[in-house]
Amino acid sequence: MIKKDLVVIGGGAGGLAAAISAYDNGVKDILLLEREDHLGGILDQCIHNGFGLTTFKEELTGPEYADRFIKELKKRNIEYKLLTQVSKITKNKEVFYSNSDEGFVKVEAKAIILATGSYERTPGAIMVPGDRCSGVTTAGTAQKILNTTGYLVGKKVVILGSGDIGLIMARRLTLEGAKVICVAEIMPFSNGLNRNIVQCLQDFNIPLYLSTTVSNVIGKNRVEKVELSSVDENLKVIPGTAREIECDCLILSVGLLPQTTLLEEMGGVKFERNRGPSVDNNFELQIPGIFTCGNCLHVHDLVDFVSQEGLAAGKSAAEYIVNNKEEKDKLPVTAGGLMGYVVPNYVNKSAEELNFKFRVRKPTEKAFLYITQGDRLLKKQVLTLLLPSIMVEGKVKLTDLTNEPIEMRVDYE
Amino acid sequence: MKDIIIIGAGVTGALIARELSKYNLDVLVLEKESDVGNVTSSANSAIIHSGYDPKPGTLKAKLNVKGAALYPALCDELDVSYSMCGTLTIIDDESQWPIFKELLERSKENGVEMLSLSKEELLKLEPNITPNALGALYAKKAGIVNPFELVVNAMENAVDNGVTLHINEGVNDIKAKDNYFIVKTNKGEYETKVVINAAGLYSDKIASMVNDIDWHIIPRKGEYILLDHRTAGLVRRPIFPLPSEKGKGILVAPTTSGNYYLGPSSEPQEERDDYSTDSLTLGNIKTNASRLVPNIPYGDTIRVFAGLRATPSTHDFIIGPNGKYDNFINVAGIESPGLASSPAIAQYVVHDFVEKVLPLNKKDNFNPHIRKHIKIKLLNEEERNKLVKENPDYGRIVCNCEQVSLGELKDVLNRSVPPHSVKGMKRRTRAGFGRCQGGYCLGTVSFLLAEKYGIELTEVNYDNEGSNLIIEKIKKVNND
Repeated sequence: MIKKDLVVIGGGAGGLAAAISAYDNGVKDILLLEREDHLGGILDQCIHNGFGLTTFKEELTGPEYADRFIKELKKRNIEYKLLTQVSKITKNKEVFYSNSDEGFVKVEAKAIILATGSYERTPGAIMVPGDRCSGVTTAGTAQKILNTTGYLVGKKVVILGSGDIGLIMARRLTLEGAKVICVAEIMPFSNGLNRNIVQCLQDFNIPLYLSTTVSNVIGKNRVEKVELSSVDENLKVIPGTAREIECDCLILSVGLLPQTTLLEEMGGVKFERNRGPSVDNNFELQIPGIFTCGNCLHVHDLVDFVSQEGLAAGKSAAEYIVNNKEEKDKLPVTAGGLMGYVVPNYVNKSAEELNFKFRVRKPTEKAFLYITQGDRLLKKQVLTLLLPSIMVEGKVKLTDLTNEPIEMRVDYE
Repeated sequence: MKDIIIIGAGVTGALIARELSKYNLDVLVLEKESDVGNVTSSANSAIIHSGYDPKPGTLKAKLNVKGAALYPALCDELDVSYSMCGTLTIIDDESQWPIFKELLERSKENGVEMLSLSKEELLKLEPNITPNALGALYAKKAGIVNPFELVVNAMENAVDNGVTLHINEGVNDIKAKDNYFIVKTNKGEYETKVVINAAGLYSDKIASMVNDIDWHIIPRKGEYILLDHRTAGLVRRPIFPLPSEKGKGILVAPTTSGNYYLGPSSEPQEERDDYSTDSLTLGNIKTNASRLVPNIPYGDTIRVFAGLRATPSTHDFIIGPNGKYDNFINVAGIESPGLASSPAIAQYVVHDFVEKVLPLNKKDNFNPHIRKHIKIKLLNEEERNKLVKENPDYGRIVCNCEQVSLGELKDVLNRSVPPHSVKGMKRRTRAGFGRCQGGYCLGTVSFLLAEKYGIELTEVNYDNEGSNLIIEKIKKVNND
């Protein structure tokens, strides 16, 4: 049996930052576990630039950005294991991992930080109708195959969903000689960053069809055609609007979901509307000593924010381990109105400030953020140009708290 | 000259092959697909029906009851996941009582033990079921099986016992000679004393190659929605509505792997190779499923798919000689309860028909077992560690969602009925079956297949020939 002060699960942006931060805040006995054969997680396949503008004030590629953190990790001699899969964690903070050198190993930890990232919503998950042929894949898979092994999944491509990975892939595939015929988006707005719409679609004359979805996939062994249809405001296909497009590949960029299998199987964890676990303002679950950060908590638009969250979670875990700090009095934080979800979902009653992040459910030109406890207004703020693709960050001072929940809502007035 | 050619390696063909492998016979199985059990046997409800509802006196009634009884021992021998969890048929409308009573009577006639449950008893067994339920029929001896494992393992056992299997080999023509047949395929020509036609959706086409027939196959499509195993205990056994003339209706059922599925729809159609799904049907499945179980977590949907069932125009299984040829045996129209009946069908075909035209001499060395599969997900810490010491590949997890190790993937590639496609690998090991649908393990699986068969990654197929996943190599990657 192995004992560790802290086990970090996942060696991507969140896990790297969390391990480094825990170390810098006084925890030296750390083990970081990574399932891939490299650290850096998904950044490894993100060979485009645009990473690190917030953190380093320069534009790095994914691997370059990861490398900065990997170097910091190595500088501190933090122990890590590659090709190592965690298959189980328990509420007693036992971590069971498995690899080919050691077999199946149990670690007793004082604290755990989960930084397991996200996974892509699949064609099955959104029930793409039509033939079950080959050539329908997710953007991340296409990206991994192209950028890490050098193969194209298609040469005449239709992309469904205008999430960032889809937009990035439209450009990547074009640069590698594939024809990207169009990007279709079921919503009346794109879920990608504006800079990606400009740099990845407009600069390459790739049309973006809004309020449009794939209503049929046609092909015997591989995709031969897809049928696009317009949708109404309820996202239902409008009959008579179908048009067929010849292609050899359909790539889906229809969203990421927090990878939370370990928490689901452990049990006792509440999940929020965005499918991430409920956490308090220290990124701690309702189970003391288990922390989480990054895309397995909520999906971020920028890696810089994942790193920041990792740093914060690492600091919280260190405080828990070093000072034996355990918070018992927690108040719920709720999301209402146009707010899709909020992180955190609880705040410790002793907290003097609440740092929060949220997304709205639909594009909104102007709205107000209200933070209240009971009848008391803690904060009111005007917000402009809100988009679901843009995470909003903010903070509010907390004083004289009662035992009532803290309600956050975004409303038109 | 072969003794027997079996056309089709679905569950029927595979179990017949396995039954025949007990005897000293030269048996060849021809399968047009890239894998065994690739069509109807891999997209069905995976239920071992008790046999209460087929019309008494039919082959369906007789073989279902007999087949279901053979399952526990068969699955033990073949290392197939099976659970005798029972099935529930519920009613939620007063007007359904007469049918309910009729089914209860019918079960007695078919010799099937069936309990009538009150609403309270039902909700105790299945707390998530609709509060509108008035009662249920409980078939305690019914169960669920892993149909992929069943077909693959049965065929593996047959091959281990001397049967020859050719995949990717479809039959184009059959010529009847005096007391034998010449079977022409896309790859060659064979002489055989006996033909067993287990060609599923194409069994009428095969039969009519030598004889005029007075029956035909109607492809009937069933669409399904598959849910992740995230919600444990949604239902503990298959939940049926009352059956109608269209079939057993849309059900909510668990699988042996802990997932749930909703479906199937039931639509006769012209095409024999249309596996498409459509939004209207899937929406209808949801409506019907929600009537049985109100709080279905649709957010856990991981896949939708369709299967085609070979519905016979005669409404009963068609088993026996093809016209004047006693040595051409049809095993056709094996729709529901075909899976449940298949072990009994195999015995029936071999002992009532093959034995009449060929002498059956038992082999001394028939081994009823296959080499047991290792599933690390089901092992404890100690067992896992012992295994990894012997073979480190069992320590390396390649499918995160379903907890499948590299050792398991390599093992199936070294068996006598190995997978040739990503789908084949998925069916045998569950790698790629989970919520990320292969997003994580696809690379490893593709590399292993390419390595095993000495092919390029661009030649690795998802399913049949021509279903390659990637199109073109554009760069050489330097992995330093």
